[in-house]
Amino acid sequence: MSQFFTLGVMVTVVASGIRLATPYLLASLGETIGQRSGVLNLGVDGIMLLAAFGAYYAALKTGNLWLAVLVALGTGLFVGIIYALITVSLHAAQGISGIGIFLFGLGFSDLLFQVWVGTPLPIPRKLPALAIPGLSDIPYVGDALFRHNLMTYGAFLLVPAVMFLLQRTTFGMNVRAVGENPQAADSLGVSVERTRFVAILLGSSAAGLAGASLVLQGGIFQANLTNGLGFIAIAIVYFGAWRPLGAMVGSLLYGLVQASVVQLKVQGTIPRGASDLAAMAPAIITILALVFLAGRVKAPAALTRPFARH
Amino acid sequence: MITQNRTWYRLLALLFGFALLAAACGGSDETEAGDDTTASTADGEAMSEEEMAAMDDGPLTVAVVAPSSKEDLAFTQSMVDALNALDRDIDLQITDGTFVVEDAAAAIRGYAEDGVEVIVAHGTQYGGSLAEIAPDFPDTTFIWGTATDTQGLDNVFAYYPAADEGGYVNGILAAGLSTSGQLGVIGPIEAGDAVAYIVGFQNGAESKGAEVSVVYTGSFGDVALAAETATAHLANGADVLTGTAQMVVGAVGVANDAGVPWFGTQANQTALAPDIVVASQVYHWEVVLEEMLALRDSGTIGGQAFEVNLTNGGLVIEFNDGFDLPAELKAEAEATIAGIIDGSISTGA
Repeated sequence: MSQFFTLGVMVTVVASGIRLATPYLLASLGETIGQRSGVLNLGVDGIMLLAAFGAYYAALKTGNLWLAVLVALGTGLFVGIIYALITVSLHAAQGISGIGIFLFGLGFSDLLFQVWVGTPLPIPRKLPALAIPGLSDIPYVGDALFRHNLMTYGAFLLVPAVMFLLQRTTFGMNVRAVGENPQAADSLGVSVERTRFVAILLGSSAAGLAGASLVLQGGIFQANLTNGLGFIAIAIVYFGAWRPLGAMVGSLLYGLVQASVVQLKVQGTIPRGASDLAAMAPAIITILALVFLAGRVKAPAALTRPFARH
Repeated sequence: MITQNRTWYRLLALLFGFALLAAACGGSDETEAGDDTTASTADGEAMSEEEMAAMDDGPLTVAVVAPSSKEDLAFTQSMVDALNALDRDIDLQITDGTFVVEDAAAAIRGYAEDGVEVIVAHGTQYGGSLAEIAPDFPDTTFIWGTATDTQGLDNVFAYYPAADEGGYVNGILAAGLSTSGQLGVIGPIEAGDAVAYIVGFQNGAESKGAEVSVVYTGSFGDVALAAETATAHLANGADVLTGTAQMVVGAVGVANDAGVPWFGTQANQTALAPDIVVASQVYHWEVVLEEMLALRDSGTIGGQAFEVNLTNGGLVIEFNDGFDLPAELKAEAEATIAGIIDGSISTGA
């Protein structure tokens, strides 16, 4: 165990935890915006899968990583439009609609993969790590924090951006208003449908980016690549009390616990017999945190409630 | 207003129908040879004796149900390749990607109801379902693995790879290539042939003085976690890696980026990283499938378990010609294979 607390190992764990946290952070930030407007999207995982396949296919065929990101963004946007039409325009129940989107994404991404690709070949190149001049040279800290790829930096830069969006802009105020009391917001002239529609699109675009980050960091796609990551991202939104900073803390916690467990296994600190139990540690910690937070934080009052003007 | 609502509901219903259809397509159900391959009757009822007799003259109908993609360069592909390599006329149907056991069970029962003669349930986890389904179709041959016994079912053949044998050979090679003397292993869940391979690898490597760190990630599908496990191995000094199950594609990518040799198992993984894959233990299930089908031809439709190993040719170490493996190491590997076959070397598994 003492070997775990050496600086070199800690740097590896933190760097690994940040990489693992990136897709959770992107997806949970997007979902935070959506849920603050009162819309729960259980289809995040499906959107991520579709976007991941789009990014993978674009990168595989063209080698252009920027195009891959754009395809993922576009895929997220497109599926977001479908989900918004279903839940906002058609007033369908959000829970079952989200599950429909998830199942669609799970099946369709695999179908496209099998028809268009088949063998899981790696993309020509992955997103390279970018050392930030000056900062990356700081002993230990530089290696842990400032040698990541652009999507990881982008994900963390999105945290203050989303905070600003929600707290300091008119749109953000509208999002919070329609998430708390859509009838009141409507009576004040705020278009509940338009606000929720845009919030969903922002959220699904972020889910698309999360899918892209998985592919461009890992360099490969396979069926069910997300492995339920989108659902954990939704849990992280609750854990983060519907705040961007909370989503960041939750994502980092999840990523760092995962990385720590891996490191402890590699060092043999966790006995092999307890391996499967240890694999559950991140989920168990998240559940415990959610239990602890229950009752201490308040969800958007109109979350999951469709709005219809009477 | 009522008409408008109905239109919306219809649109919604259409959308969900589409979603469910696409989800159902996730495990692609496709035919490899010909369009008209199922042995079902039009109304899905059991076939008459005349129809069965007519079918005896045609190709053997075979279906495989497997948990991952048929082109996963791992577990599922090994079986699909083996069925395609069989030296007999078969009509092959595939349902892959059935990582949900209930989906697999539905597919297995569906094929049996359609009159498919031989159904391969390619996954240890399908055993419980098979125990329920197989007795309902006593004339159908079920082939199940990886499993060491048939659960007492007379119409079930079982198969299992002696994966420790190839693991042992890979371990010898890996230890020989390592300069640090530290090797890293990425496993899924501690079960089935993954354990056999890893134990064999560890014993082989340790017999040459190398240290082996084994990590079971706890998942068959978490590619990102497998990649981070590989990264952690490298950070801890490992300079040769191996792993088993379909999630290792992420770890192979990490090894490739670091220029670290990789050893594969289940299928030939050279295509994933032609520069760093040294050798792969490849399962050639066709060796035992031929035996099972020959038994079936003679009237025994199940009740026996088979093992693929280096001796019967069901396990083959395929070297990557693109990797510059020192001749003396390759010779040592070949001597180890010969030793395992003639019994002079034990894998210790």
